[in-house]
Amino acid sequence: MVSICFYFQVHQPFRLRKYGIFNIGNFHNYFDDKGNMEVLQKVAKKCYLPTTKLLKKLIEKHPEFKISFSLSGVVIEQFKKWAPEVLESFKDLAKTGNVEFISETYYHSLSSVYSNNEFKLQVEKHKKLIEKEFGVIPKVFRNTELIYSNKLGEQIRELGFMGAMAEGADKILGWRSPNFIYNPPRSDLKLLLKNYRLSDDIAFRFSNKDWKEYPLTIKKFTTWVDKINGNGEIINLFMDFETFGEHQWEHTGIFKFLENLPASILKHPDNDFITPSEAIEKIDSKGEFDCPKIISWADVERDLTAWVGNDIQKSAVKSLYDLEKGILETKDDQLIEDWRKMQTSDHFYYMCTKWFNDGDVHKYFNPYENPYDAFINFMNIINDIILRVEKITKKKIKGFEEIKIRGVK
Amino acid sequence: MNIYNIFLTKKGEKTTLKVLMFGWEFPPFKSGGLGTACYGLTKGLSNLGVEIKFVIPKAPYDINGEFVELVTSEKFLTSHISEIKIPSRLVPYLNDEGFKNLQPSENSGMPNYGDNLWAEVEKYALLGGEIAKKTRFDVIHAHDWMTGKAGIKAKEATGKPLVFQIHATEFDRTGGNPNPEIYAIERECFEKADRIIAVSNLTKQIVVKHYGIAPEKIDVVYNAVNMEEGSNNEEDVRPPKLAVEDKIVLFLGRVTIQKGPGYFLEAAKKISEMDPNVKFIVAGSGDMIPRMVEKTAALGLSNKVIFSGFLRGKEVDTAFKMADVYVMPSVSEPFGITPLEAMKNGTPCIISKQSGVSEVVTHALKVDFWDIDEMVNKIMGVLNYSPLHKTLSEKGFDEIMRMSWDDSAGECIKTYKRVI
Repeated sequence: MVSICFYFQVHQPFRLRKYGIFNIGNFHNYFDDKGNMEVLQKVAKKCYLPTTKLLKKLIEKHPEFKISFSLSGVVIEQFKKWAPEVLESFKDLAKTGNVEFISETYYHSLSSVYSNNEFKLQVEKHKKLIEKEFGVIPKVFRNTELIYSNKLGEQIRELGFMGAMAEGADKILGWRSPNFIYNPPRSDLKLLLKNYRLSDDIAFRFSNKDWKEYPLTIKKFTTWVDKINGNGEIINLFMDFETFGEHQWEHTGIFKFLENLPASILKHPDNDFITPSEAIEKIDSKGEFDCPKIISWADVERDLTAWVGNDIQKSAVKSLYDLEKGILETKDDQLIEDWRKMQTSDHFYYMCTKWFNDGDVHKYFNPYENPYDAFINFMNIINDIILRVEKITKKKIKGFEEIKIRGVK
Repeated sequence: MNIYNIFLTKKGEKTTLKVLMFGWEFPPFKSGGLGTACYGLTKGLSNLGVEIKFVIPKAPYDINGEFVELVTSEKFLTSHISEIKIPSRLVPYLNDEGFKNLQPSENSGMPNYGDNLWAEVEKYALLGGEIAKKTRFDVIHAHDWMTGKAGIKAKEATGKPLVFQIHATEFDRTGGNPNPEIYAIERECFEKADRIIAVSNLTKQIVVKHYGIAPEKIDVVYNAVNMEEGSNNEEDVRPPKLAVEDKIVLFLGRVTIQKGPGYFLEAAKKISEMDPNVKFIVAGSGDMIPRMVEKTAALGLSNKVIFSGFLRGKEVDTAFKMADVYVMPSVSEPFGITPLEAMKNGTPCIISKQSGVSEVVTHALKVDFWDIDEMVNKIMGVLNYSPLHKTLSEKGFDEIMRMSWDDSAGECIKTYKRVI
């Protein structure tokens, strides 16, 4: 028996507006409402609406078909503002009972790495939102961009989760297969590991004409799944929801592929679909997944370097989290909320210099011409936040010498 | 044996590619980017086995009429490169007005070749044609309009193909108000050349748009930077006038309308209102110096802006090393080698989007030359956010290390092969 576990990530950040040095101290609206609305509505039209509609149709046709989603809190906020019909379509999916909603940080942040307090608070905030919108309490956790380590395993076990998702990274698995359930050392937490080959065959390579398996037919894909039957228990296909219609455009045939997938997979009597919480209930752990260092699903390195790989990223992240104490002291809800929206990982992703010369995933909806512009914009806002904090608390914040703009009042 | 060394002639016999090049004196002679580009490209071609006859106008006087000793790097003259010097008063970046100021002082002994620039260009062209007749080569390569005519004469005298390389058009130099005579010569060069090399896509587009040349005739070959001249001395080069806590913003280039020095001063004004500890250096000479000095006074920046005059050789590296950021606000910059030199010295750059170099450099900040507020935003960003300064400095240097004149020369050989 092999079960397919689909999880789709749905997320859009609140991108920052152009914020120049002359705005510091004068203007506190940091987010590009117009740009964000345009991106959201575009993606809604190309991906969210047609794909949720198709999934609902597929579930009605095949009651065995099951899927799971993780929607960040910030994308749900955006749906409410600019595309309520998308939120409705997810609610419709929730009502089928075949769709599970997974836990993550509300702000799609890196807080698990930089502030345990923030992390707990953001997971809790997200949990409440999911319960309110979809009437279910998430049981399985996935961290921003599948960031995971033994330490995170402990953090989320403490929060009461019994299962979590992680990248099926070769450097941890070695010869072992991602198609089983694993557990962290000395822990009863169950880990679902992404089968990155099969996931990325759909998410990244589907329309790549240089790929030797191109074109990816549903028949071919089903054969690969069937082959795992007998030497694996679960195939975790984790990907961005935007794969359908946005990263892979409609003309590539991605919707047809998805439409034919359930019937084709279910032809084999030993194949089925499973949700993450069913998986951790039904399937036993087959071994230890010992992950002392942080892994993720990003880039070739599969670590944190997409967000904190260079000095500007490190400086931006550090400045932001160093502000935590001062920010919370202000008890100013708007200021705290602005600061949390600055935590969304995308802001740091835009500052990545790794793949600078390639037209790759770092460019999706990236509002900046280059990573340095992203950094300057972010740090100008940090400087404004510092001024706001100092104004409210009536004391100077110390420790920001290397990034504080001189002469701005 | 490298792949460029041998090519087949029409008869099918193997031979080495020979180029007759009408170029410009190499650095440290006062020639700006044009001489630097000629030097790098010639060296790259030589590394790839191309034989070059290099013809230069031998100017015994610099633009101020002071006697300068012509320095040719002896180590540069390898077996692949031989040099022919033609006595001439031509210097790069001259217009007729500038030429008239170029009068020899009484006792200089400078021969009088012609009454005006046009006569001088014609004279040089005729001599070029004569040299061509006496020389064996496969292709002619001329740089910019002043030597372009010599290239045409050489082509007419020998029937060999002409590659005309454009480093800057009259449109770039004049901010869109071309001198009609120079424009006409440039156009003639473009039309009579068998192929054109432009130093950027930006320049290619200008040649297509303003000179009516077919884009298919133009290849883009980017410049590189001469690495071996970078010095890594960590000595404190800060002049005593400047305090340690002062931050330094540098402009370095000809002080002409093309280079946008006025925008630099506008930015300086806004920055000094925010931070009194920032100083500005304008390094270079040019016809806009008097206006810029006046403007500095009018803006109340006389104690903030330092005019250093023209820098040469090691002084240039020193200026880059003392600067916290280099700004190139050019209005129209066909390529712009100076940012590469800044990056070679580890100095972060803010470069005009209206420049060819912005097509090839990634680890630099880019700004529209007219967008003063954004220029200020970026300068202040580099001055205040030390991790940004560090990242631009390190990654910029790495990027420069990967650029090579040999690569440019390789592209140049491809162009030669299309005309032979």
